[in-house]
Amino acid sequence: MSLWNRHKIFEKNSIILIAGILAVIAVGGVVEITPLFYLKSTIEAVDGVRPYTPLELAGRNIYVREGCYLCHSQMIRPLRDEVERYGHYSLAAESMYDHPFQWGSKRTGPDLARVGAKYSDEWHVTHLINPRAIVPQSVMPGYPTLANTELDLTDTAAHLRTNRAVGVPYTEDQIKNAVTDLKTQLDPDSADLASFQKRYPKAAARNFDGMVGNPTELDALIAYLQMLGTLIDFKLYDEKANLR
Amino acid sequence: MTSPSPASKSMTMGEAGLMSVFAVSAYVCFFAGAMGHDSAFSFHALLASAASLAAAAAILNRYYERPAQLPPAQIKGRPNYNVAPIKFASVMAMFWGIAGFSVGVFIASQLAWPALNFDLPWTSFGRLRPLHTSAVIFAFGGNVLIATSFYVVQKTCRTRLAGDLAPWFVVVGYNFFILIAGTGYLLGANQSKEYAEPEWYADLWLTIVWVTYLLVFLMTLVKRKEPHIFVANWFYLAFIITIAVLHIGNNPALPVSVFGSKSYIAWGGVQDAMFQWWYGHNAVGFFLTAGFLAIMYYFIPKRAERPVYSYRLSIIHFWALIFLYIWAGPHHLHYTALPDWTQTLGMTFSIMLWMPSWGGMINGLMTLSGAWDKLRTDPVLRMLVVSVAFYGMATFEGPTMAIKVVNSLSHYTDWTVGHVHSGALGWVGFVSFGALYCLIPWLWNRQLYSLKLVNWHFWIASIGIVLYISAMWVSGILQGLMWRAYTSLGFLEYSFIESVEAMHPFYIIRAAGGAMFLIGALIMAANLWMTVNAKETDQIQDTGALQVAE
Repeated sequence: MSLWNRHKIFEKNSIILIAGILAVIAVGGVVEITPLFYLKSTIEAVDGVRPYTPLELAGRNIYVREGCYLCHSQMIRPLRDEVERYGHYSLAAESMYDHPFQWGSKRTGPDLARVGAKYSDEWHVTHLINPRAIVPQSVMPGYPTLANTELDLTDTAAHLRTNRAVGVPYTEDQIKNAVTDLKTQLDPDSADLASFQKRYPKAAARNFDGMVGNPTELDALIAYLQMLGTLIDFKLYDEKANLR
Repeated sequence: MTSPSPASKSMTMGEAGLMSVFAVSAYVCFFAGAMGHDSAFSFHALLASAASLAAAAAILNRYYERPAQLPPAQIKGRPNYNVAPIKFASVMAMFWGIAGFSVGVFIASQLAWPALNFDLPWTSFGRLRPLHTSAVIFAFGGNVLIATSFYVVQKTCRTRLAGDLAPWFVVVGYNFFILIAGTGYLLGANQSKEYAEPEWYADLWLTIVWVTYLLVFLMTLVKRKEPHIFVANWFYLAFIITIAVLHIGNNPALPVSVFGSKSYIAWGGVQDAMFQWWYGHNAVGFFLTAGFLAIMYYFIPKRAERPVYSYRLSIIHFWALIFLYIWAGPHHLHYTALPDWTQTLGMTFSIMLWMPSWGGMINGLMTLSGAWDKLRTDPVLRMLVVSVAFYGMATFEGPTMAIKVVNSLSHYTDWTVGHVHSGALGWVGFVSFGALYCLIPWLWNRQLYSLKLVNWHFWIASIGIVLYISAMWVSGILQGLMWRAYTSLGFLEYSFIESVEAMHPFYIIRAAGGAMFLIGALIMAANLWMTVNAKETDQIQDTGALQVAE
């Protein structure tokens, strides 16, 4: 009985009630979140993972803006069917430069964590403009406006700089050359190609939307989709080193 | 106390201060709009400028219209309750509810018939889906919570709401946040954190509004005339505080430019995922559960005219619920790159959470003891009670789905969507409808226009929910099984698109269920419209506080 009486202290003093609530709700979050900032399995870097090129980052922002994450996950679970359908299960390191993460929570469409290099650029151009032209049963919206919307290049460097401020290791060199790098990635004949690929190792450079003219949003989105899941060479990856 | 002459009328500190803040804000926002880097930002800045101007004008107008003295805290020894902001929030709740349900029916139809996306940026599923979730959760649910909390806290503390302009700032400011959030999605301002999609400036604005909300609620509690804080207010307080903590924890972001909508979230990768679902699951736990449990704890006893079943059960389940809920987030991240131990903790606490959830359900249902016969005659009470039954069902289903093995099948499928909607339509929807059916006649001092229409609403919406959730159960489990089906030779049996094709009939049934739920809400809106426009009743609502349960 006495214990029930003691509860009156919360019922009679709103400030003590608030303190009690705050104390009780703090525990779970602190225990589950804090270790993720220093545990090896969550902060480990894996060979091949690099920050996005300016063009890929612009494409990623379109992916975010259009709410693609609402129907497509980017997180392959270590289950037999998923690994066989989509490829190697996703590693924490593969989304370490993702602000915000795009793991998603629903697969109205398939997982996209390793969609990169799976289809041709032409496939993506046609599919993004009218999904049912390629997959008749698809329920995905068409995005024809991406093809005729020019990419906004006014603050390309600012995007990189902001990412650096939240922890993505872009170098001064990368930030300074952001606009050049973006254009170079669309032009494989550019004189800057070598220095671009030095800044972003193994980044593919080509005209992604296949159209002449200024960079479009379609270029950026396809550049992003085509690099997804391609950074790590799993022939060289040692699973045991990253047990979780 | 002599009444002062009209000449002594002067602006309060709040009026003068808030008016100058809005005047400055109108000016600043106008320039920000002109400097904007993108259409969403410019549009929102100009909208904020216009809204600030309107707010300043409204404050000035109110000052000239009002008597020299602010409304007294008491009239003839009885508390002079502040009901106007509550009326505003309950009307907005009904408006946003119908808007949110309509968008829901529309995007459900898009999944069945993709041509409805019209291939325009503003009408595609990806932009409309956040509009639907924000409109139903934060606009409809949020307005119901603000309206009922302002009502309940006054009645159970037997005192007038704290603040003069502050309650208005909360209800109008909150709805302005909804407007910014919703139009932002359509224009492509979306930071992609599920259920926290608004961009940085909307988040900042919400923080200001929410802290004011906390202060108004808290100061009303502080000046209460009752010795004890009534149980519903514990839940409201936990809801308000925890949502503030979650909102601030999940949303820190750095804008690319202070004149642009795009920002990058401070957290990345795994850490961001954990923050997101710590937030996401507790938006369910504290916004959609704790807040609505507070509604249950006031409106069910009131409507059934019975005290809360068990005082001790309410203590246990309150503390257990808020302690355990916070841990459950990682069950959204089973088998992902989140460490195993975090997933296991999330699963364990999710299962434990079943107990306090059912403690709350039992406390709600058993409050009816001795009054069960009223279910036959009072469809409003029936709606409230059925909502608690749905709460019980959803809080059993949830822990089941949080078990890793079950989750390996259910995750990423429509089962999750069905689960959310059994909670959202059945529990949150019905308890809100029940509360509004009580609240609106009380606020306007009218008799509810028609109980028969409530009955129609109840049955149409119930059948709609059943259609919705059973369609999603079947489609979700079917999807999950098709994705993992193997042929006898050891190959995956189905391509992904075959699973998409198989969903078509269920998507149609789901849209039909949603449409029925919407029709129910339209009947409700008509009923409440007739109620408010009817003649005032002679009956004066009982202003007594609830009995403390034994």
